[in-house]
Amino acid sequence: MAISVDSPAESQGLCNKADYTYMFLSDPNAELIRRYDLLHKGAGVNGHDIARPAEFLVDSSGTIRWINLTDDLRVRARPDQILEAAKAL
Amino acid sequence: MNNTPEDLPPNSGATETAVKRRANVALGWGFLLSLVAFLSYIPVFAKYPVTRDVPWVNFLLFAVGLVFLFVGLRRAFAQPSLYRGKITGPILTILSVAALAFFCFMIFSLGKHLPPSTQAPKVGQKAPDFALADTRGATVSLASLLSTSDASHPTKGVVLIFYRGYW
Repeated sequence: MAISVDSPAESQGLCNKADYTYMFLSDPNAELIRRYDLLHKGAGVNGHDIARPAEFLVDSSGTIRWINLTDDLRVRARPDQILEAAKAL
Repeated sequence: MNNTPEDLPPNSGATETAVKRRANVALGWGFLLSLVAFLSYIPVFAKYPVTRDVPWVNFLLFAVGLVFLFVGLRRAFAQPSLYRGKITGPILTILSVAALAFFCFMIFSLGKHLPPSTQAPKVGQKAPDFALADTRGATVSLASLLSTSDASHPTKGVVLIFYRGYW
């Protein structure tokens, strides 16, 4: 599922535009983003705080099994990388 | 009042030679290619991982553009009677080099300005639970997602994708 500071309406707009099938959640005050220590202060439009990109694979017991904390904004985890990690669950 | 030849601007075309000076097309193409190289990354090439991670198409366009500019500069200075461009040439070249420099800064430096996130949960730790609104306003918690309602299709896990938003 995708988590950002966008409101539910904004996420739905993105969902429709890009035809995504997975769930979008809203963290408008960046509380969860802070909990996961992913806050990127002032990096959004108009200086808003947003999340830095990161992916976590969590197994059915709630334990984190795989993380991707990219150190370059432009390089993101590929779907096949995530699928590989998911196969090991 | 006498107009001596030195008062005339260099590219005025009103020279003493019989051959009409040609527009320096190489300079124009060189600058145009550099501009395309600079402007096309975000709207076009950043969309595909193969041209986003290493922007080789843009670097190629810059390289070809700079070759054209070099040819144009050489023509303007080595054959001034045939080609224009002793002023516009250096200006366009400096602009193109500046565009390339800024492009490299954007690619290699700006993308790396990320917070260290040293306190982020690590592999083996429990993922912090949450209760957030989905696109329809319903509250969703991690615990509820991980629990299985259908015994024949047990939930193996969940992928949390944090992204910047504001797309």
